[in-house]
Amino acid sequence: MSSTSKGLFGSSLARKYWMAVTGLFLCTFLVGHLFGNLQLFVLGEEGRLAFNAYGHFMTTFPLVKILSYLTYISILLHTVDGIMLARQNRAARPVGYVKEKQSVNASWASRKMALLGILTLFFIIVHMKSFWYEMHFGVLGKDSNGNKDLWTLTVTAFEQWWYATFYVVAIIGLAFHLSHGAQSAFQTLGVNHPKYTPIIKNVMTAFAWLIPAGFIAVAVFLYVAQPGQNL
Amino acid sequence: MDLTLKIWRQEGPQTKGEMKSYPIAGVEEDMSFLEMLDYLNEQLIDQGIEPVVFDHDCREGICGMCSLFINGEAHGPSRKITTCQLHMREFKDGDTIYIEPFRAKAFPIVKDLMVDRSAFDRIQRAGGFISVNTSGNTIDANAIPVPKEDADKAFDAATCIGCGACVATCKNSSAMLFASAKISQFSLLPQGQPEAKERVLNMVNQMDLEGFGNCTNTGACEVECPKGISLENIARMNRDYLLASLSSNK
Repeated sequence: MSSTSKGLFGSSLARKYWMAVTGLFLCTFLVGHLFGNLQLFVLGEEGRLAFNAYGHFMTTFPLVKILSYLTYISILLHTVDGIMLARQNRAARPVGYVKEKQSVNASWASRKMALLGILTLFFIIVHMKSFWYEMHFGVLGKDSNGNKDLWTLTVTAFEQWWYATFYVVAIIGLAFHLSHGAQSAFQTLGVNHPKYTPIIKNVMTAFAWLIPAGFIAVAVFLYVAQPGQNL
Repeated sequence: MDLTLKIWRQEGPQTKGEMKSYPIAGVEEDMSFLEMLDYLNEQLIDQGIEPVVFDHDCREGICGMCSLFINGEAHGPSRKITTCQLHMREFKDGDTIYIEPFRAKAFPIVKDLMVDRSAFDRIQRAGGFISVNTSGNTIDANAIPVPKEDADKAFDAATCIGCGACVATCKNSSAMLFASAKISQFSLLPQGQPEAKERVLNMVNQMDLEGFGNCTNTGACEVECPKGISLENIARMNRDYLLASLSSNK
């Protein structure tokens, strides 16, 4: 019979391992990103200089650069792998049911991971164009310390109601994506234990809602405070 | 009770099928779902209409032969039962009931509601066995100590009847619950250890070759499984496959 195993590349299980590993890595990235954003709660010139100094550090410090490249690779892998999985899954049922009650046995988020993932990818592209691209390749003013003025770029973006709204909606989508993905990654990697799984599920569910809540809090704060107008 | 049945009719594997409507009167609530279909077929035969083809065998919930996707759910609305254990008292007079075959590329339709589930047999053949000496000097299975908890879990996994409800209900038509149960029933026991690595690699490989989808951990399979096979088995398979892939020489 079949003897050559596809091992850690190509098999259905391997594809899922890569989804889980890259997904969990991106979860740690979110924590780091949120801690950076929390500095935006500091208003005025003090907040501006600190945030720009942080932006300079994050784009130049070698260790952070390595983490950045790992993040880019993870996003790409997670996307490509996810699309391949979704295509295979669709092909596995060429003729669908006339009547199907999916909601009686599975959560909404768990059934819409691909859709939520594509929405998140769209958000990441817009988000990176707004800030990452401008920081690396755009023309930005300098603050009094000579650092690129990422702070002004950021706060003025969130002062616009439509940008803040788009951001909040996208982050809610991300929260739903995480509400299934963050805890289910452990099951994919084979971690299922009567003692630890309930803890993992609770911790990762809290993670899935609290981290996005943090991002949303910063965005709402910036929209309400309008710090760019008050300088 | 009087019902309207909407049933998938398909001449053969290559022909195009469609839902057809059949009114049925005088259904009694203590009929099983399959008896209700027998009752329908008797009437269809009297009217000169080709009877509906559906799978069934033991009619006591142990063989896994009866399938059917009833009103949007594998084996119908009740939990932990097969279609033969579903009774018409779960429905009420005037109901419209949708009856469709299990849908998966790996389960091709033979005719009407009957599907070919031999993909499961091929997964089983790829590694769902242990090699023991049967030439007269066999060792009593009880001579090897097995922790009670492991024996219970292996038994629970072995209660899988291979009906395919997991595949039918999974949005990805994934066979992970079936495959993981068939792997776990051996990997939990000392007798299953010599072939453990090869087993998980070969059975997963065969599962992929058959064209089943991947697991999204929605948990729908566990809910719809007539035997209550646990997702814990899928995690065990994920774990075993990962370790076997890392340590395998192939």
